[in-house]
Formats: sequence, structure tokens, C-alpha cells
Amino acid sequence: MHLDNEQSLVATAQAGDSDAFVTLLNQYSRHIYRLGVSITGNHHDAEDVLQEASLKAYRAIAEFQGNSRFYTWLVRIAVNVALGKLRKRALWKESSLDESRESEDGSYIPLEIESWGEDPEKACLNSDLRQILSEVIQKLDPKSRTIFTLRDIEKFSIEETARLLGLTIPVVKTRLLRSRLKLREELTKYFGKDARNAMPTGHR
Amino acid sequence: MRCRQVIDKISEYIDDELDPEVVRELERHLEHCEDCRIVVDTTHKTVEIFYHTEPAALPEDVRGRLNQMFAQRFREGRPS
Repeated sequence: MHLDNEQSLVATAQAGDSDAFVTLLNQYSRHIYRLGVSITGNHHDAEDVLQEASLKAYRAIAEFQGNSRFYTWLVRIAVNVALGKLRKRALWKESSLDESRESEDGSYIPLEIESWGEDPEKACLNSDLRQILSEVIQKLDPKSRTIFTLRDIEKFSIEETARLLGLTIPVVKTRLLRSRLKLREELTKYFGKDARNAMPTGHR
Repeated sequence: MRCRQVIDKISEYIDDELDPEVVRELERHLEHCEDCRIVVDTTHKTVEIFYHTEPAALPEDVRGRLNQMFAQRFREGRPS
């Protein structure tokens, strides 16, 4: 959405126009839903995240200061709701690093070393690509996939990711590196020149 | 610089957060180490592809229930 247009919709919503709020929300609901799936790992909780975050945003829209984009503000709310879900299911604290792949000094050792063939965007349909990404991100533990989602999909800084999640910067950096390396490895199984995995619906 | 150090610095290299001197050292290593070159390149592609792939449209039933929730909320009036 054009930023001026968005600002004027925000102002209208803040003045009490419910339709303006829904128009704003509709621009981003699929992003928030994806964020919910990535963090909680299931569609049922993701729908709860979308509904609860939307309602919270609706109730608090008058307090939105406009220091960030509306979307960024909405994502912050959704992240807190999603974290609440993980904590309720005791998944947040349990998240441990994948230590089996560590060398003695704590480095992560890549195993799949194979360049990719065609660009993944060209090699498969968008819907297949989305399905692959959504599957491989679930191979990370909840804490790591939340960090990856905030940093690499939502493009929050390392500092803000750490702040939002109540983690230290070194923890975020370590987890991010390992998440990226692990995802790289998983995607290589699909997109490596000698890929062994078939595409979800058989496209290659 | 050894392979293991390159792997440890991949994130900061991709995010352009390394000192220029370290970048030069790392790139010198990449010139003669194909394995590290592949890992750096495919890690970079991994980050790019997650960022650039747009989310799917909201499932119809999810959208329906969200709209329904708001319709009900609006009927009850704006919260104070």
C-alpha cells in the first residue's frame, strides 16, 4: 500500500472508522497468518494469533503513534500473541540448539555441500515454493524459527529481534547463523544440482 | 582464515556487518575454497528466497471467521 494512503487510512481508523481499520488489516492479514504459522507451527494457533492480534490492534489503534509503519506495529503485537501461545505450550523454554551437529568448539558443520541448479523461483511454482519453505522452517526448534522469522522474513534488526523476544544479542546471532545454515541445508535437498527430494507436487 | 571460521562468519558476511579487513580475508579464502564458496552462496540464496516469497492468500475460511469476528465486534459498538 502506498505510504500516504496508509497514513490517511490509519488516521481515519483512529478517528473511529471501523471500515478503514478493516481495510488496513486486510492488506496484511495473510502476512500475519504466515507469521503465526511460522512461529507456532500450526494453522489453528496461527488463526488465533491473527484474530487476537487484530483485535488488540483494533482496540489500541488510537494509541498507535506512527513512529513505525502500521505493519511493523501490527507484527510486534502478533509476535507477542504468538510467543504467548508457545509459552503456554511450554515450547519456548524447551527449545534447545541442535548440538549433534556441533564440533568441539561449538561451530556448526555443513554437510550438504552442493551448488543449486536453476533459481528456485524458476524451478518450481510459487505455491510449491511456499510449501517447501513452510515445511523446512518447521525443522527448526520454536525459538530458532521465531528468530529467523523476525530477522529474515520480517527484517527486524538483530537488536529489535533480541528485544522483542527477551533474548541477548549473542544468543540471537548464534541461533540466526545456525538457523540459516540448517535451512540452507534443507533447501539444498530440494534445489541442489543432484537434489534427491521431489517437489511436493512433482514439479521440477 | 580456515573453513570453520568462514562458516562462523557467514551471517555477518551476508548482513554486511564485518570489518573490511575481515571481509578481504574471508574473500581470499573463498577464492580458493569451492566448498565454502558454495555454502556462502547457498546460504545467501536461502535468506533471499525466504524474504522474497510472498505469503499465500489467506484461506477463505480463516478470512470468513476474521470478518465475522469484526462484524460482531462492530455491532457491539466501539470499545471505550
